[in-house]
Parts: sequence; structure tokens; C-alpha cells
Amino acid sequence: MEYLQLVWSFFKIGILTFGGGYAMLPMIQREIVERRGWATEEEILNYYAIGQCTPGVIAVNTATFIGARRKGIAGGFLATLGVVLPSLIIITVIAAVLTNFAEIPAVQHALAGIRVAVVVLVGFSVWKLLRSGVRNGFGWCLFVLVFLASAFFGITPVPLVLISAAAGLLSGFLRERSGKA
Amino acid sequence: MKILLMCLEFFKTGLLSVGGGLATLPFLYEMADRYPWFTRAQLGDMIAVSESTPGPMGVNMATYAGYSAFGVPGAVLATFSLVLPSILVILIVSRFLQRFQDSGLVRRILSGLRPASVGLIAAAGFGILKLALQIEPGAEIWISWKALGAGLVLAGLYAVFGKKAHPILFIGLGAAAGLVMGL
Repeated sequence: MEYLQLVWSFFKIGILTFGGGYAMLPMIQREIVERRGWATEEEILNYYAIGQCTPGVIAVNTATFIGARRKGIAGGFLATLGVVLPSLIIITVIAAVLTNFAEIPAVQHALAGIRVAVVVLVGFSVWKLLRSGVRNGFGWCLFVLVFLASAFFGITPVPLVLISAAAGLLSGFLRERSGKA
Repeated sequence: MKILLMCLEFFKTGLLSVGGGLATLPFLYEMADRYPWFTRAQLGDMIAVSESTPGPMGVNMATYAGYSAFGVPGAVLATFSLVLPSILVILIVSRFLQRFQDSGLVRRILSGLRPASVGLIAAAGFGILKLALQIEPGAEIWISWKALGAGLVLAGLYAVFGKKAHPILFIGLGAAAGLVMGL
């Protein structure tokens, strides 16, 4: 049964990935964290960061992670199947019938509205994550620096994730030393 | 056996594109130059379609290219080839993570990664915000007030009903508002 639930939950999440993998975060919080209890918000953040540094898109990487955690290798494959299935169906239909899909005015208007909704959803998600995932001054500094570097200086995720990992190691080491001294 | 060649190309793309959907683009352009499966112009159209449909760009592109070249089996195989490398890598990493998640070293690394994740997500949200409000610095109409209004109403609704209502409901409301207000 849980195999089917994995496919279905990630199918619903896949439908919502307008505008890249980050937009699916509100759905993951609802479906995976709150409704099913398959992972904590902390674990989702771990998966997101690791997924940035491994090949492939975030949506797929996060799905594989959670599927594998629940049901091993088969779970990883099935969750991924669920998350790509909406694209597979929609794009095949568009390729077959609606070649000028993106130029239809109604599609453009609906999409402009969807973007507004995605911003609102992602905004509230970030707020929830800040309360659950960032606990001290060190975390807040890292959050602000990474946000500025990515949003305003166009630095790509991979170096930011690697630097943050090093910062985490260093701060743990320093805290331990000051604790002993 | 051209279909196998295509699978191989998408497997390679999946393996080498690190850091999200846009990272697949250079590989896709190269494929457009080398093979008859799709052209650079079609790729440009697909970026527009990808932005107007759910799903990561790389996955959408693989589906589209596979379908144009070999029909439905091509679409399924190309998509599967693209995601296979990331599935394999994540399965390995996930096993490693489960075994070592209690070690001090891994815990410290993760304590740095989590705030960074939130920062990256916030930055991506900020990027969509600029798009959604149609902000154009220096232009006469530099922001879409209609979009801002719709956003504030949606945010208010979320603040009140967000705990109970499903996120997909807000996506539907956003689409309806876009159609009615002509955003």
C-alpha cells in the first residue's frame, strides 16, 4: 500500500512544480511532513542541500531520497516515477496537439496568476523553515549570506552549499574547543 | 538503434548536469547541434512551454525530444534515461547518510547545509517574486499593481486558511485571478 501512496503523493507534488523544484516545497511540507509524517522539515532541508550538489534536478533528487528512506530502492524508483509522471503526460499531450501552447493568451494569464500564488506559498514555506531549521546566530548569518549571494550576486548553488558545509564543520569545531577551554 | 543512442545522450545529460533544471540547457543545445531529434528553435519554444507547465525543464525537454523523435516510447525512455543517474547517485548517498547521520562530522556539515538550503529557497522565491510582480527597474510601469494586489489577497487568505486548505487550492485561485484580472 505504501508503494502506491508514494507514487500518488509524489504525483501530486509533481503537478505543483511550476517554476522549478523549489516551488514544490509547500506541497512537500503538506504531503510528506504534515500529512504522512514520512520525513521531518529538518530532513527535507538536508535533502535539498545534498540534491544541489549531486547530478539531476532537485525535484527528482528529493523524491528519490524520501522514497528510499521509506521503502529502499523500489521506493526511490517509485517516488521518482510519481514526480515525473505529470510532466511526462502533460508534455506528451502538448507535443502531440498543442504546439503553440505557450503563446495562448489564456495560458499566459493563468500562468501569471499561478506565479503570484507560488510566491505566496514559497514565502510562507520559507517562514516555516526558518522557525524549524535555523536555530542560532550562526544559522541566521549563513541564511542571510547565502540568500544575498544567490539572489543579488548570481552565485550558483554548488559553491554556496560547499562553503556552508565547511562553515558548519568549522563552527562545530570552534564551539567544541571553546567548550573544552 | 537510434533510440538507444538517444537514451545514452540523455543519461549523459542527467549525469553531468549538476544544480537544477537550467544546468541541463548547455547539454541540450549541444544535442540539438549534433542530432536531428530537435532544433535550437524548438528548444527555445520548449523553454517557454516548460515555464508554463509543471515539471523540471530537463524532464520536460527529455519527454518532448523523445516524443518528437520516437513517439510515446521515446518520451518514456528519454525521461527515464535522464533521471536514472540521479536516482542511482541518491540511492548511494541516502544509504551513506543513514549509516553516518549520527556521527559528529556529518551532523556538523548538515548544521551548515540547512540554513544554506533555506537561503537558496528564499533566493529562488525572490526570483519568482520579481517575475510575478513584473518588476522592470527604470520602466514607466515598473511593477504590476494588479499582481501585487492579488498577491496580498492570496497572502491574507493563506494566513487565515493556510493550515487547513491544500496548497493546490491556492494555485487554482492564482490561476483564476490571473484569468479574471488579465494579469
